[in-house]
Amino acid sequence: MKSRVLLAALLAALLVPACRRGGGDEIPVGEYGSLTGTTATFGQSTNNAIQMAYEEINAAGGVLGKKVRVFVEDDQSKPEEAATAVTKLINQNHVVAMLGEVSSSRSLAAAPICQANHVPMISPSSTNPRVTQVGDYIFRVCFIDPFQAEVGARIAWEILHLKKVAILSDVRNDYSVGLQTFFRQTFKGFGGEIVAEQSYSEGDSDFRAQLTQIKSANPEGIYVPGYYTEVGTIARQARELGITVPLIGGDGWDSPRLWEIGGEALNGCYFSNHYSVDDPSPAVQKFVTAYKAKYNQVPDALAALGYDAARILADAMTRAGSTKGEKVRDALAATKDFPGVTGTITINKERNAVKPAVVLRIENGKFVYVTTVKPTGT
Amino acid sequence: MTTFFQQLVNGLSLGSIYALIALGYTMVYGVLRLINFAHGDVYMLGAYTGYYLSRKLKGDDPSLGGALVVMLGAMLVCAIVGVIIERFAYRPVRRAARLTLLITAIGVSLFIENSAQLVFGPDPKFFPSLAPRADFLVGGVRLTSEQLTVIAVSFILMVLLRFFIMKTRTGKAMRAVSFNLDAAKLMGISTDRIIAITFALGSALAAAAGVLIGMQIPKIDPLMGIIYGLKAFVAAVLGGIGNVPGAVLGGLLIGTSEVMVVGYLSSTYRDAIAFGILILVLLLRPQGILGRAQKEKV
Amino acid sequence: MKALVRAIAIVVVLILLNALFTGGLIPGFSISPYFLQIMSLAGINIILAVSLNLINGFTGQFSIGHAGFMAIGAYVSAFLSITFGDRIQALISFAPESVQKSGLLLVVLAAGAICAAIAGFLVGVPSLRLRGDYLAIVTLGFGEIIRVFILNIDAVGGARGLGGMPRLANFFWIYLFAAATIAVVTRIVNSSFGRTLIAIREDEIAAEAMGVNTTRHKVISFVVSSAMAGIAGGLFAHYLMYVHTNSFTFIRSFEIIIMIVIGGLGSITGSVLGAVLYITLTEGLRGFAQYRMVLFSLLLVVLMIVRPGGILGHRELRDFFWRRHRVAAPPPPAVSG
Repeated sequence: MKSRVLLAALLAALLVPACRRGGGDEIPVGEYGSLTGTTATFGQSTNNAIQMAYEEINAAGGVLGKKVRVFVEDDQSKPEEAATAVTKLINQNHVVAMLGEVSSSRSLAAAPICQANHVPMISPSSTNPRVTQVGDYIFRVCFIDPFQAEVGARIAWEILHLKKVAILSDVRNDYSVGLQTFFRQTFKGFGGEIVAEQSYSEGDSDFRAQLTQIKSANPEGIYVPGYYTEVGTIARQARELGITVPLIGGDGWDSPRLWEIGGEALNGCYFSNHYSVDDPSPAVQKFVTAYKAKYNQVPDALAALGYDAARILADAMTRAGSTKGEKVRDALAATKDFPGVTGTITINKERNAVKPAVVLRIENGKFVYVTTVKPTGT
Repeated sequence: MTTFFQQLVNGLSLGSIYALIALGYTMVYGVLRLINFAHGDVYMLGAYTGYYLSRKLKGDDPSLGGALVVMLGAMLVCAIVGVIIERFAYRPVRRAARLTLLITAIGVSLFIENSAQLVFGPDPKFFPSLAPRADFLVGGVRLTSEQLTVIAVSFILMVLLRFFIMKTRTGKAMRAVSFNLDAAKLMGISTDRIIAITFALGSALAAAAGVLIGMQIPKIDPLMGIIYGLKAFVAAVLGGIGNVPGAVLGGLLIGTSEVMVVGYLSSTYRDAIAFGILILVLLLRPQGILGRAQKEKV
Repeated sequence: MKALVRAIAIVVVLILLNALFTGGLIPGFSISPYFLQIMSLAGINIILAVSLNLINGFTGQFSIGHAGFMAIGAYVSAFLSITFGDRIQALISFAPESVQKSGLLLVVLAAGAICAAIAGFLVGVPSLRLRGDYLAIVTLGFGEIIRVFILNIDAVGGARGLGGMPRLANFFWIYLFAAATIAVVTRIVNSSFGRTLIAIREDEIAAEAMGVNTTRHKVISFVVSSAMAGIAGGLFAHYLMYVHTNSFTFIRSFEIIIMIVIGGLGSITGSVLGAVLYITLTEGLRGFAQYRMVLFSLLLVVLMIVRPGGILGHRELRDFFWRRHRVAAPPPPAVSG
């Protein structure tokens, strides 16, 4: 009996440290991401960049004279955990703004809570259009699926002059599903034909069955809007099966590990991205060098976007002259031509980022810049 | 038609992997009546051991000898891991209720997965090329040397295992223990030792599967054992749990049907297929294809 | 009569607690929404744990597909409230807003529960013919199949998840249903039907020999259990206002099993305790983010070795307070022949 009382006391004690708020001369900012679980690399990449961004900002004097303190919570790659993490950050740590998430499903779980509490939320990389539709406190610094899919369709139609394309998408991943839906629409709109459609699940490692079917339909190219973790293997197995046509993809391909997995199978493949590591612009190179020095890895697109999200938030707070929710929200909505690492960012009426996409071609381990596609209307 | 044969080849090489893992499940279930949920994670550990070993050995060109060393090394390490798991997690609860055993197995599995994420990092790692590559084109069907290696090595290992179980004294002891643990004990067989050997063998085979998969599909990650483990378990049940050739048959069948359904019907239900087959088998012929109907005694 | 008084008392207490926690009772006093969320999620866990214990603990059937029924309840109720919510509320438009919302909640929960019960029937009838480990794997399989099917239905969002439900569930409703679940399961267990279930658990063949229609009993308890899981799912959906199939994988089923095993199979109090402990521990270990699951699984293995009966074994809360003659705990396992 005594041991049970002790156990209960111990458990109660564990909960106490959860109540922590920022000190008076600090600005508490919340970050939630998948530091563990199936998409842990995405959360960790983003987190690395956000931490680095605020270290730099704090070293230069902070925001409005105060240092920014980031409270990070892990959502274990689960949507309901994202909701709990965000609730904790808002109620226990009293954060004034929220950064997160990469995955649209987790952003969708957390956004209603931020909206209800009038805490501005910036998603660095969720591309599903519905995320920012939750409310006027929800923003994102990346482009959305319809635009990126259009870029993919242009790569196929205008750059590669393909008329018949197959699609191989990830059925378990809303990012991939969204992209392939819009790609299909746009490509057919150009006059192209989708000759085969196959799908796989995030985490699969054998795609031969789907690729064999695709091969029998004789496509001129394959659109693979998935994450690099599967794309590399898909490319490799496609070549092993004798498929020689180019593969096209989106920013989910961006990772230094892509070449490691896919190797030569990726030569001559194209993808759309937010930025190019080889972009000679000083801002990008400074970021890449600093990140490499600190973390011993080349930053991927998620890191770059996390970096921009963190800095746009700081910039908005400075422009608003305050950390109050409504003022920061208004400042964020008014962001125009912010010089980000991932491009010049303007936030539009739908609270999405209007920025160009770059098209990259893979050649011998390098992502070679091909062209830039501006969003229509700019 | 070539597409069909290509899919068949795809299915066989996938199925061989399932078969190797299924063997471990079936042997352990045979002696302990335990579904070793952690078995899939041993497969994962085998892949990682192979990864680290091959990086140590690296420097020169991929060679057949090097590949062999890596595989044997991984098998040895995982055999030890298997014995440790049995000794510290399963033996204390051997006499307990079945659900307790199941929970313990789940706990061990979760422990290995999460520790692996912590120690190795959650991001996938990529197996370096181990054996020299060559592709074969047979009547329009493409076979990579890795696929051939997988099928060949799996076959060899299964034959060796069958020989061991049928023709050696230890193998006979294993069969005795799987018939009736207490009677075997009364006959003077050291059941603890036999059970440890069973675990060691099963884990070694899973490790071999892990290295083979690493060679075939160079991506490995800490959670790769979950779904492969489950499907391999289904394969074991399909073939008749406790039955060694059954596990092989089950593995090949599951691999092939999975590939066929994904290719010709729809890939969205890929994971559900294995379970669907399982349910059908258990409803229509619960003892599996090669198993014998077990009469439950009172 | 006593039961009615007790029921009303519980409802009143819950209303007061809810008001207290959300700041409506004592001005200036409210607990942090974070703690409220933890407690609410714990309440949903209680419903899941107690309902699963009916099958696993009292009837002795291993089922690890509970998350599938929760998913059905969640998606059906969410879909209904998003698509037909306004029309349903319009049916009782004469009532005040809060009553309308309560009405909507009850309707969608009922729908979710019925669908989950039907699914339970469809799964249970073929599966419950199997024994032990086979049943476990088959239920696991069904749970995954259900999840994969839902993932591929575009009308409920598919891979994007389903969101936009109104927040109909709160602390009061969740705990009301938790109390109801506990009451229902307790009544079942203490009835002759329940004693038959225990008999089936202890020795199924002997029960058959005594003339019990074991399949019928097993299926009924399975269906009831699934319906309750469906209610838990509906509450979950209307509390978080967003659902995704990733919340209903077999990992979730494992979590519920862990809860009832920690608390003690065959003990309702144990399930409640296990559910609360589980969420307390997971939140308490939040500071150790990456070590959290490692520690948890280690804890689980150690617990199974040291105290496999769980904390309470077969005992209930009232067994501590007064002695009564009840179904004896099973004798320690003898050497099996």
